[in-house]
Amino acid sequence: MKLVFEKGSAGRGLNLIRGCDVPRVSLDGEHKRETPPRLPHMSENEISRHYTQLAKRSHGVNDGFYPLGSCTMKYNPKVNEEAAALKGFRCVHPLQPTDTLQGSMEVLYLAEKYLCEITGMDAMTFQPAAGAHGEFTGLLLIKAYHVHRKDDRRTKIIVPDSAHGTNPASASMCGYEVISIPSREDGCVDLEQLRAAVGEDTAGLMLTNPNTVGLFDKNILEITRIVHEAGGLCYYDGANLNAVMGIVRPGDMGFDVVHLNLHKTFSTPHGGGGPGSGPVGCKEFLMPYLPGVRVAADPAGEAAIDKTGDGAGDKSPARYIFERAPESIGDVKQFYGNFLVVVKALTYIMSLGREGIREASSNAVLNANYMKVKLSDVYDMAYNETCMHEFVMSLEGMKHKNGVTAMDIAKALLDYGIHPPTMYFPLIVHEALMVEPTETESKETLDEAIQVFHKIYETAMASPEELHSAPHTTPIGRPDEVTAARKPVLRYTWES
Amino acid sequence: MGTYVPDTKQEQQEMLREIGFNSFDEMFSHIPEEVKLKDGLDLMPGLSEQAVIGKMEDIAGKNVVFRHIFRGAGAYNHYIPAIVSSVISKEEFVTAYTPYQAEISQGILQSIFEYQTMICELTGMDASNASIYDGATAAAEAAAMCRDRKRSTVYVSGAANPGVIEVIKTYCFGSNTKVIIVPEECGVTDADALARMMKEDAQAACFYVQQPNYFGNMEDGDVLGRIVHDAGAKYIMGCNPMALGIMKTPAGYGADIAVGDGQPLGMPLAFGGPYLGFMAATAAMARKLPGRIVGETKDDKGERAFVLTLQAREQHIRREKASSNVCSNQAWCALTASVYMTAMGADGMAEAAAQCMSKAHYLRDVLKEAGLEPKHDREFFHEFVTVSPEGRCTDSNHILRALEEYGILGGLKLSDREILWCATEVNTREEMDETASIVRNVLHGECRHKEVCGS
Amino acid sequence: MNIPKDLKYAKSHEWVKMLDEETALIGLTDYAQDALGDLVFVNLPEAGDEVEAGETFADVESVKAVSDVFSPVTGTVAEVNEGLLDAPESINEAPYEAWFIKVEHITDTEELMDAPAYDAYIKTLD
Repeated sequence: MKLVFEKGSAGRGLNLIRGCDVPRVSLDGEHKRETPPRLPHMSENEISRHYTQLAKRSHGVNDGFYPLGSCTMKYNPKVNEEAAALKGFRCVHPLQPTDTLQGSMEVLYLAEKYLCEITGMDAMTFQPAAGAHGEFTGLLLIKAYHVHRKDDRRTKIIVPDSAHGTNPASASMCGYEVISIPSREDGCVDLEQLRAAVGEDTAGLMLTNPNTVGLFDKNILEITRIVHEAGGLCYYDGANLNAVMGIVRPGDMGFDVVHLNLHKTFSTPHGGGGPGSGPVGCKEFLMPYLPGVRVAADPAGEAAIDKTGDGAGDKSPARYIFERAPESIGDVKQFYGNFLVVVKALTYIMSLGREGIREASSNAVLNANYMKVKLSDVYDMAYNETCMHEFVMSLEGMKHKNGVTAMDIAKALLDYGIHPPTMYFPLIVHEALMVEPTETESKETLDEAIQVFHKIYETAMASPEELHSAPHTTPIGRPDEVTAARKPVLRYTWES
Repeated sequence: MGTYVPDTKQEQQEMLREIGFNSFDEMFSHIPEEVKLKDGLDLMPGLSEQAVIGKMEDIAGKNVVFRHIFRGAGAYNHYIPAIVSSVISKEEFVTAYTPYQAEISQGILQSIFEYQTMICELTGMDASNASIYDGATAAAEAAAMCRDRKRSTVYVSGAANPGVIEVIKTYCFGSNTKVIIVPEECGVTDADALARMMKEDAQAACFYVQQPNYFGNMEDGDVLGRIVHDAGAKYIMGCNPMALGIMKTPAGYGADIAVGDGQPLGMPLAFGGPYLGFMAATAAMARKLPGRIVGETKDDKGERAFVLTLQAREQHIRREKASSNVCSNQAWCALTASVYMTAMGADGMAEAAAQCMSKAHYLRDVLKEAGLEPKHDREFFHEFVTVSPEGRCTDSNHILRALEEYGILGGLKLSDREILWCATEVNTREEMDETASIVRNVLHGECRHKEVCGS
Repeated sequence: MNIPKDLKYAKSHEWVKMLDEETALIGLTDYAQDALGDLVFVNLPEAGDEVEAGETFADVESVKAVSDVFSPVTGTVAEVNEGLLDAPESINEAPYEAWFIKVEHITDTEELMDAPAYDAYIKTLD
């Protein structure tokens, strides 16, 4: 397929902008651009077809089953998109007078209220634009806390070796040394290792529960207690919240600060890699350090009136104001965050409500266990216990037997139109495939996928070479990633 | 209650039984009782689709959408072509994940490769990443790129957007890096001060300047660049992609890294997000770029193919040794920008930029006639600062309140007497004449907004 | 596995070629390059940097991983093999010619193995 630069021809274009109705002022002299950028010259028709072609070579949740572990590829509801497209949300400037922004402020106010209830936190900022961004923000809160206490011995963050790479990377960005503790055989936190690792130099622990192998760590209260006793704080990586929302709250497990991935748990679309939203919630004692501004009810405003009209007795304030925390760490992004993404998440939370949230997580866990049980006859599961919303398979045994790897299985799935599970993560399982079906898949979809996995297994046993060369039916075969990294070509160049 | 769980309660029960459980509670029985929610969440019941969109419409209705907008300061009101909205709403682009599986993601990967190329063309740089959260975080990440063992102090122009400066400072709090603000003088960076500061600091890692700057003025980009390079530091230029339709590129000014916010390229104002941070660098610094990057290669049959490359820089491989933790980017916004740039083409971008500049100059002239003096006497792109005359009822608040009454969002109040205005290709001559007329009445007529001055 | 007899070897799979009493070349062994797979990039120190026995001084990247390279000696980096930056594949193709750094003023050395000892050692690893 041609690149956009290889299409069109000089002189073609669209007639988009009105004529200029004021005297023309041109830029001459030292600030004038010398040569124009080499952008395409295409008609609207050609542009439309180009992107339609690109869309056909892409694959989204809307196209098929997408069981990517730790990504929560659940269905993206269309009503969320409608809400985000409302003119009242789209067309407001972030720096308008507060009285003209009461709608946007109400979105942030309600989203904070509901998500704090779901997570067991006291306050939340929506400024972080992604999960990793949220981790960075949450760790900055921890840093500010210790700095404020004038405790400069706290230089280390503890992270289990099963953690997602963003955890240690975020800790490094905050100037912390990362202490990685090995997990137990069963994938959970090794309490002895944790006890040995904590001390006066512990700033905090980063953890997710369920953990990255999909298991609920039953010792969670003891884990957070150990860290608190040593004077550290506990950070919850909310990437796996889809397993427990409505059932368990991070705040009740002893966590002091959490981040959420609205583009995972709260159904906002992934967009090919963003924009996401990574709000950070915290307990009251960390509130003074929150970044950005929060929306508060105007204390001088009139008494709250019931505005929802749904009889739920949900009272919202008459007027909102912005407040900045007294010892705020500053801003992690300009303005208030990825607002339209928050709109989508709020729409989702209001659609599901109390029962729907619990139903979502319950079925996420059910679907994962269902697939795990039905694949256990031929595939090795890394852990045998009841899993939560995702489970990990290991292809190490098969690799030794006939050389078929996790990569081969993953590539074979592509030929069946199923997006492969997460490969080679977490690092503590060799030849890992992490499967997260989510709650929005039907039993038939799961059964079909299970059949496909079985078929691939049979192929692996009978003719493994077929899998080594998979995929066969996709638009391209396996790309040469080695040359791509050795001799990077990161842009199109015109032949001179 | 809205639900996206396809299976009925009965089907769910069957599945539970198939795997050996009689109920959901039994499936969750391994979770300790002490942490479980006893009475469920204290939340409202779920709403039908009709109810929820009705509620969101009510909330959106509480915002005021202004008829005419003359405010910029980091968020700009531009025309969004219909083809942009059409393309980006395609389900495949909206609901796809990060293109880790290259074989089925060539569409996404190619669109990012095209985006990277266009950013390079716009900025004159050699390599671009696949984007980051916004212009401010791009500036902060660029400063981090320039850090090495011997140099770490970050210098920032005092004439840059305060919101961007704040984010750079916050990131530097994280990395224990010193940030020093270079003072502004007469609406631009004080070059003499910069030269002095850089000369005295062997640890200076980089200098960030915004071009055009926060006040709309064009900086002496060449002069500043020479000062920075003479001191052995790196030159980071924050730019406005719209201005680059007619303005000299960061590469032309000698920048090592070009960053900025791509929001003007097809993204709505949207109360501040999602926007688009772009980062582009010289070949020498390309491997230091954070976040995802798409590269071209061949597949096993020799066909051209695109992949995420140079991944060993990133967090999922380097973990605590990664220079940045970036995982998600703003892919869908980058796509938006690509479609916009394709639809506009170089001619369209140049025309839009020329109109922004022309309209802003017209606005400045008619506001001056109405009594608002321009504060600076420098070349400017599409933003400028005015100073209102002394008088209780001629201050910024009165002016802006008067405009608000007519559904016009005036410039941003910088102080009691100063306002930062912006005009784009979207503003018409009539709007600007109307605005000037209202301003004239405020400055020369009777005070009609006693609630502002309390008189 | 190729294991030249005139070199010394560290447990972390680096080879050392003593040029004289105080100077040596350091590189990665054939076993290392085989285990790491196709290498795509090398992050090298600079001439003048200090290295310490047992500490990392460089890292190598493959497509999906990054690995530390440890110095078997303590000393000062006299020269860096810039050629590796343009052609990291030379480490895979000719590991004993693809030296990373030349170290001078060597004051300390880790316990190193000779060729037969290293051969026996790597056989215990698989």
